[in-house]
Amino acid sequence: MPPINWPEVLNLLSPELILTTFAVLVLGLDLIWGRGGDRTAYVALLGLGVAIIASLRLLGANQEILFGMVAVDSFAIFFKVIAALTTALVILSSMEFMKRKTPYRGEFYGLLLLGTVAMNLLAAASDLIMIFLALEFVSQTSYVLTGFLRKDYASSEGGIKYLLYGALTTALTLYGLSLLYGATGATNLREIALSLASPDSPIAGERWLLLPALVFALTGFAFKISLVPFHQWTPDAYEGAPTPIAAFLSVGPKAMGFAVLIRFLITALPGTFQPDWVALLSAISIVTMTFGNLVAIQQENIKRMLAYSSISQVGYILLGVVALGSGSIGEQGVLIYILAYLFTNLGAFIAVVAFSHVTASDNIRDYAGLIRRAPILAFSLVVFFMSLAGIPPTGGFLGKLFVFGAAIQQGFYFLAIVGVVNSVISLYYYFGIVRQMFFLPAKSSESLPIPRSLVLGLAITLVMTLIMGLYPQPFIDLAVSSAQITPTLP
Amino acid sequence: MPYLLSAITLLPLLGSLVILFIPRGQERWVKIWSIAISLIPLALSAYLWFSYDFRAGGIQFEEVYNWIPAINVRYRMGVDGLSIPLIGLTALLSTISLYYSAFTIKERIKEYYFLFLLLETGLMGVFTSLDFFLFYIFWEVGLVPMYFIIGVWGGPRREYAAIKFFMYTLAGSVFMLLSILAIFFAEGTFDILQAAELRPFTDNFFIQSLAFWGFFLAFAIKVPMWPFHTWLPDAHVEAPTAGSVILAGILLKLGGYGFFRILLPIFPQAFNAFALVIAILALISIVYGALVSMAQWDFKKLIAYSSVNHMGYVILGVAAAAATPIGLAATNPDFQAVFDSKAIALSGAVLEMFNHGVITGGLFLLVGIIYERAHTRELREFGGLGSRVPVYYAVLTTAALASLGLPGLAGFVSEFLIFRGALVTLTPLAVIAISGIIITAAMFLWKVIQLMFLGPLKEKWVGLPDMTRWEIITMAPLVFLMVLFGLYPAPILDLINGAMVNLLGSL
Repeated sequence: MPPINWPEVLNLLSPELILTTFAVLVLGLDLIWGRGGDRTAYVALLGLGVAIIASLRLLGANQEILFGMVAVDSFAIFFKVIAALTTALVILSSMEFMKRKTPYRGEFYGLLLLGTVAMNLLAAASDLIMIFLALEFVSQTSYVLTGFLRKDYASSEGGIKYLLYGALTTALTLYGLSLLYGATGATNLREIALSLASPDSPIAGERWLLLPALVFALTGFAFKISLVPFHQWTPDAYEGAPTPIAAFLSVGPKAMGFAVLIRFLITALPGTFQPDWVALLSAISIVTMTFGNLVAIQQENIKRMLAYSSISQVGYILLGVVALGSGSIGEQGVLIYILAYLFTNLGAFIAVVAFSHVTASDNIRDYAGLIRRAPILAFSLVVFFMSLAGIPPTGGFLGKLFVFGAAIQQGFYFLAIVGVVNSVISLYYYFGIVRQMFFLPAKSSESLPIPRSLVLGLAITLVMTLIMGLYPQPFIDLAVSSAQITPTLP
Repeated sequence: MPYLLSAITLLPLLGSLVILFIPRGQERWVKIWSIAISLIPLALSAYLWFSYDFRAGGIQFEEVYNWIPAINVRYRMGVDGLSIPLIGLTALLSTISLYYSAFTIKERIKEYYFLFLLLETGLMGVFTSLDFFLFYIFWEVGLVPMYFIIGVWGGPRREYAAIKFFMYTLAGSVFMLLSILAIFFAEGTFDILQAAELRPFTDNFFIQSLAFWGFFLAFAIKVPMWPFHTWLPDAHVEAPTAGSVILAGILLKLGGYGFFRILLPIFPQAFNAFALVIAILALISIVYGALVSMAQWDFKKLIAYSSVNHMGYVILGVAAAAATPIGLAATNPDFQAVFDSKAIALSGAVLEMFNHGVITGGLFLLVGIIYERAHTRELREFGGLGSRVPVYYAVLTTAALASLGLPGLAGFVSEFLIFRGALVTLTPLAVIAISGIIITAAMFLWKVIQLMFLGPLKEKWVGLPDMTRWEIITMAPLVFLMVLFGLYPAPILDLINGAMVNLLGSL
């Protein structure tokens, strides 16, 4: 075993260390500053900013550390930035919202920072054990955050449901991972690939064994991403959770689920095993986007609608995963889509928070006549819904262009057709809300003031959504350079 | 003049953004500003028309900039004899619609003008861009404002009509997107003209057909051809008058334009193979559109269905140019004659698009004018109006006669050319298609002119006022063009014909 070069390892782990430090700092300051803890939000934002800088500083690194447990490569760094950006926007949208709901705001922000640490680890995990631990870490923080409003039944119910589903899928995942370990005798993803490729692999000639291992292992990722049929927790958790946490769950853990899924597939099961998982994931992708869309149409609560919409969105992203391969734009497509989805979906959720700030309602019917009451809010929502439906000039269009393009490039014509048909269906419910906001008369003429922190959040997400659509070059460059995963098979 | 096309395309967008900053309560200035800003693209497109060198032909006024080098997307604009008339039409109808709306739209004026100018940019962009990515963005950007215009200012079933319009057209355009992507991954380019030179998928007819039908679906829905036309009666009828003018006058032309700019030059092989299928669909659109139109008692619905009929002629013209007359070799002495017939059919089809925009745009305005007064569009309720509203009578009769193809008015020239061309390559179909003219003639003479203006005057219309001065101003340019291009079509036909001969020569 080679000696550990501690200074270098600490340097490579600096984003996680910084986030942990700030999480502890937030919890401590909360004690000192006393209940309320609103100032801790700024400390948390500062920590996230520093963590983003620390992550970007490591760009170009390309190695595995801690005995192959954690990879530091541009792929991981991309997702670390995604994680921190998500949390920052979520904090921005929480500041006013949580003030009315709970006195324990310091803990809330501390937990969000810890959740970010967990997401960072998940994005970088390159070993079955680390993957499992990070998956659990992300889940645990998510459960607590979902049920954070203890006195609110919906919140508690959402948290419990999430926990129960999570516990089940955790067991299945662990089973799958142990099968994989049993079959290959390795836990490091690269070593698994080596073992599978070698002629004297324990399962040479018994390749069928890989299928149950794969199916069970994917269960855990599918749960985090909320792919059908592991999605049932999603609508209840989103509806019950504090809205900013629903926003958090709809972007952060999902993105990390994709990160670990792609790393797992590319590193551990490349080449000859691809047909196995392509078939599986194609089917899941079709079912996920179609199911999510069809159910979203019937929703009357905007948070539930966004929950089902997020299910269909991950179905599209999965197209990019199906189309992974050398020379394929699938992986870039996934990264671009996730980046666009981050801004768009968080923007939509921030608008929902802003709406409920005065009305205390999440009912879609209450959005009637919003253009009269809060024109900027209504206009922003139109842009976000256009982006979610994949209409240019928005980031969502760019994402769809890339994942559908990847499907066409790799010859999955049928998948691409299912994808575009679904995006037409999705227009119906996204613009069902636009119809409420613009075509129907307002129930009250009272105007809706939007708190400053939410205006800032809306402005950031709106501008980024549009810029990604109008001048996508830098984002494509970013995705291309982030698509690199640390040493795959030689 | 550099940036000419960008200016024509993007000035309305700029104008619409300025509207957002005009304070509430200044509606008068919103109207003045919008009409004024729309005059600039109108003037510029007139300049474009006259300064285009049609002896040299080809693409002129080109602008090319790198935009997204990572996927080889360029901001490329350029125009030829195909796009210039349509650009002129767009500018003209936009200004007229804005002017007409200034008197008729009473609520949410700021939003209305904002959306209308945005719409103009989307429409212009489709005709000026020569890069698929740019083309697609404009194509889609036009949908959103139209959705709002129908949904907010439309008739009683506006919400249904708006979302139906949006979903229908989006359903078509996403398949176009897949075809665009297929071309990109095969040839590495988003450039429309380059794609026409490279002729993608010549080695794989199956894939070529898939890509062809992907585009076809988008254009056929937009045109709309039977059986993709069901969104049209809803959208056209529910939209506010100016919205119907733009829908019929320009939006339908986007689909037609796609046949000339994309389907024919990029997939001549597939188009040739499927020409008969498409011609039959066009024929059904012609006859079915005319018959259904004749069956209507709602004036606006009648005009709406007549668009299905007229756009059917356009597609028949394109299909005639793509079809091969049976058993004809290049060495055959008739070859040049067939080529000429094809060019005639194509030129007629482009001219028909322009004429239909002018005539049907005018007809929709006239529907709006009578509806504003009578608050009904039910043709059976009118009668004997001829003596009450002589100016309206004269204008509507002119437009109706132009629409049914009376010689001396614009519609005749283009329809004659289409039939002249199609009779050579699609003889039996063209013969049947001519029946469309007879049905439309019957429809306009009986349903519109006879029911509305002739017979005894009904009691309740005694006090019906005639067209006001501003309504006459609105209609004047359109009537002028109907007569001008009916008597002397050379200026526009030379322009179009050059581009069409070029196009056919490249096949």
